[in-house]
Amino acid sequence: MTPESTILAAICLPLAGALAIGLAGRVSANLRESVTMVTAGTLAWLVWSLLPTLMAGGRPAVEVSEVMPGLSIAFRVEPLGMLFAALASGLWIVNSIYSIGYMRGNKEKNQTRFFVCFALALSATMGVAFAGNLFTLFLFYELLTLSTYPLVSHKGDAATVRSARVYLGVLLTTSIGLFLPAIIWTYAVAGTGDFVLGGILAGNLGDPEVGLLLALFVFGIGKAAVMPVHRWLPAAMVAPTPVSALLHAVAVVKAGVFAITKIIVYVFGIDFLFASPSSGWLLYVAVFTILAASLVALRQTNIKRLLAYSTIAQLSYVVMAAAILKPLAEVGAAIHIVAHAFGKITLFFAAGAIYVASKKTEIYQLKGIGRRMPWTMTAFTIGALSMIGVPPTAGFVSKWYILAGAFQADNLVAVFTIIASTVLNAAYFLPILYMAWFAREESGGKEHGEAPFAAVLALTITAVLTLAFFLFNGPVIDLESQVVRGLN
Amino acid sequence: MLSAPLIILLQPRGLAWAGATAVALLSFAIAVALTIAVLGGQTQVYAMGGWPAPYGIELAVDSFSALVLLVVTGAGAGALLAARPSIDQQIEHQRQPLFYSAWLLAMSGLAGIVVAADAFNIFVFMEISSLASYVLIAGGPDRRALPAVFKYLIMGTIGATFYLIGVGLIYMMTGTLNLADMEARLGDVTELNPILVAAGFITIGLALKAAVFPLHVWLPNAYTQAPHMITVFLAACATKVAIYVLIRFDYMVFQAKLDDHEAQFALFLMPLAILGILVASAVAMFEGHLKRLLATSSVAQIGYILLGASFVSESGLAASAMHIFNHALAKGGLFLAVACLAFHYSDLRLDQLGGAAKRMPFTCAALVVCGFSLIGIPGTAGFISKWLLITAALETGPMGWLLVAVILVSSLMAVVYIWRIVEKLYFGAPDQDDIAVSEAPLQLLLVTWLVALLNIGFGLFPTVPLTLANASATVLMGYSG
Repeated sequence: MTPESTILAAICLPLAGALAIGLAGRVSANLRESVTMVTAGTLAWLVWSLLPTLMAGGRPAVEVSEVMPGLSIAFRVEPLGMLFAALASGLWIVNSIYSIGYMRGNKEKNQTRFFVCFALALSATMGVAFAGNLFTLFLFYELLTLSTYPLVSHKGDAATVRSARVYLGVLLTTSIGLFLPAIIWTYAVAGTGDFVLGGILAGNLGDPEVGLLLALFVFGIGKAAVMPVHRWLPAAMVAPTPVSALLHAVAVVKAGVFAITKIIVYVFGIDFLFASPSSGWLLYVAVFTILAASLVALRQTNIKRLLAYSTIAQLSYVVMAAAILKPLAEVGAAIHIVAHAFGKITLFFAAGAIYVASKKTEIYQLKGIGRRMPWTMTAFTIGALSMIGVPPTAGFVSKWYILAGAFQADNLVAVFTIIASTVLNAAYFLPILYMAWFAREESGGKEHGEAPFAAVLALTITAVLTLAFFLFNGPVIDLESQVVRGLN
Repeated sequence: MLSAPLIILLQPRGLAWAGATAVALLSFAIAVALTIAVLGGQTQVYAMGGWPAPYGIELAVDSFSALVLLVVTGAGAGALLAARPSIDQQIEHQRQPLFYSAWLLAMSGLAGIVVAADAFNIFVFMEISSLASYVLIAGGPDRRALPAVFKYLIMGTIGATFYLIGVGLIYMMTGTLNLADMEARLGDVTELNPILVAAGFITIGLALKAAVFPLHVWLPNAYTQAPHMITVFLAACATKVAIYVLIRFDYMVFQAKLDDHEAQFALFLMPLAILGILVASAVAMFEGHLKRLLATSSVAQIGYILLGASFVSESGLAASAMHIFNHALAKGGLFLAVACLAFHYSDLRLDQLGGAAKRMPFTCAALVVCGFSLIGIPGTAGFISKWLLITAALETGPMGWLLVAVILVSSLMAVVYIWRIVEKLYFGAPDQDDIAVSEAPLQLLLVTWLVALLNIGFGLFPTVPLTLANASATVLMGYSG
């Protein structure tokens, strides 16, 4: 297959998969889940088969249709999108394994709808990753919001629907109210919305409009959860845990920071942005979000809410790294998307496994749980260490690059933030680890062992990936450095 | 197109339906043929009875008329194609042949307005279509339809009378009724005051017909009480035709000849359009009855069409023309889905609709798709017109950002009211515990889905309506030169 048709196949396959899953769901649960696994596996194979082309410097592109003159649905694979697509499609396999265990273990209703929407969300994610211009990006960005809504509101009771309304409300309001005008503005001044290395705005827009446009983009992409548009993320915690994992690690928030990074690199161009003083605010907003979200996380007692605030902080790491506007930092931003994905998916899988096995959701209930669920808690520990950035985990690699970028720019604010937030991360994760491993279990609790095998398998895989990424990150860095080499 | 009387003769109701549908499909086919001819580049003119204009009655189709004609005949054909089960449910059997013939009359009246090239025939066709639609709306099974029709009748008659007064004044000054001729002769008129008065009468009369805010009060009641399929038909095309005449008159006849007409037009209509968009959207957000909610949202959508026209620019007009087409698709689809829902829910208040998504999954999915189009989610037809409208608004200068804000805020309001419906359908408390799937009749459902898919199709490949809309904008702006 040519790379061009592979791109289209990668977007259409999950769609076809969704249809097949829906039909198979009428026959039997086993068939439905086999179809899910086959679709996930094939998708990953398709996406990963693009990798050699990319490594060799190829940029396969394909235009599907021209909607209006100058406005087309087009795809173009470049290193950032490749990384994101490879990550999402790879993690979908693991997530599907986990979903099967979790959904069965919890005897959830409407499982067919769940798997169908999951496949749809992945199709939208592939579209976001491969989008060749702003219009296509926006199209799939909205599809992603809409296809994840049924997942967030899965439970269907009043409280869930309310939270799901916050989720949808924040994401649609920001995207229609800010992101869309930013896109139209870009098309109006630049005459195009194509992603071009070095940006399309240089010479078309002056200060302080650049800063304003950047603000429309950053806050319009609500999925990146930069404060104050972060409210939807804690609200979305009502979703089943595999969905939280999808939201936090595989697709949704990653689509947000990915889009911001991509827009900074390919629409503004980092040199242009670096030369525009009015864009300097972004760094400080990101810094504020990192510190504020970490402080809020300190006060959480619910495991999933704590993880949600931790995600908000970690997302702003990516935004901050992108906003440093130095080559090494951009590489750091891209790698942090991956590193955080591995770590956070592990943490969520573990939190979900604890819920399935013991129905525990609060941190104080975790005393001594390490003895009952050693596999789960080992994975949780690895994930937490990665969040803090302790070697030998993935989190260390990305922090290293972001720090290097910060020094390259002599940006002491960023350096200080990384140090402070590392301390804060340690402050909220280490007590949990202590409690799980060293505290004595309270008597009278329910007897339980590990979660279902599929769930444990999935979280073990992601924990191993978190460790492996520390050792084998060469290809990823090579790939992302291609962007930087163009920048230097 | 005037084969309506024949339908009365087709007494067996099956035949009456088949006849009406065949005629509607045929006229749709004619409209398509005309569109293809117009896309080829020239205006199609037909002089009735062989008398040349300006003496004889002339029919003319340019790209703007072709676009609206497509909407009218498409809406008529689509609605009729799907209508039978719903009409069987709502209209007594022996009255059906009459009903179908009234429907054809309404459709031919609307189509007549679009193709007529002189002001008086527009009035005649307007009366035909209005009288027929009064009958159609009153035909519903509910007696509450009667006061709604009465309101519509009074308002509609006032509107038509105002229009006629305006046309009379112009005739007095120019001695012609043919639009093109009128435009040419207005240049020789020295005393412009009567023309100004005429412009006022015509604009207000047509605004009444088009349900421009604040002259819209007849619309929500009429649409709510009409038989469901009639709501589909009228919501898709009736008010749009009035707007069509409004735009045609103001751009073709008045604009070039009256000093400052552009400014007056823009200053008069733009605030009304903005108010209409915001107020009607806000009302829709708190409306509790599904049909009323959608009808109120129509008032807001008419505001969009006017807003585009009030920019007095090519891009603005193109956005308007495009929105006429796209809104017909979205709202037609929504009301079709409502007609499907009506098979199980005789009372269409929102709080009665809990669990509908379980009972009628396909209907509800189609409703959601058309709802997306109404909101303007990318990938649907509604997005295209919103994009055009925002681009056109940005071109108007610094004021443009305010207009963009209005458009975006009202889009968000649309999210709210559409989502209220979606939450009720999918998460509302069901009326019984164990719901079996029980869909609307296939005939209705298929057309509903066809329209829903068209919403997506024209969202991804809008070339044909876009070409027409751009061409109409060029033609209309051309008169001002």
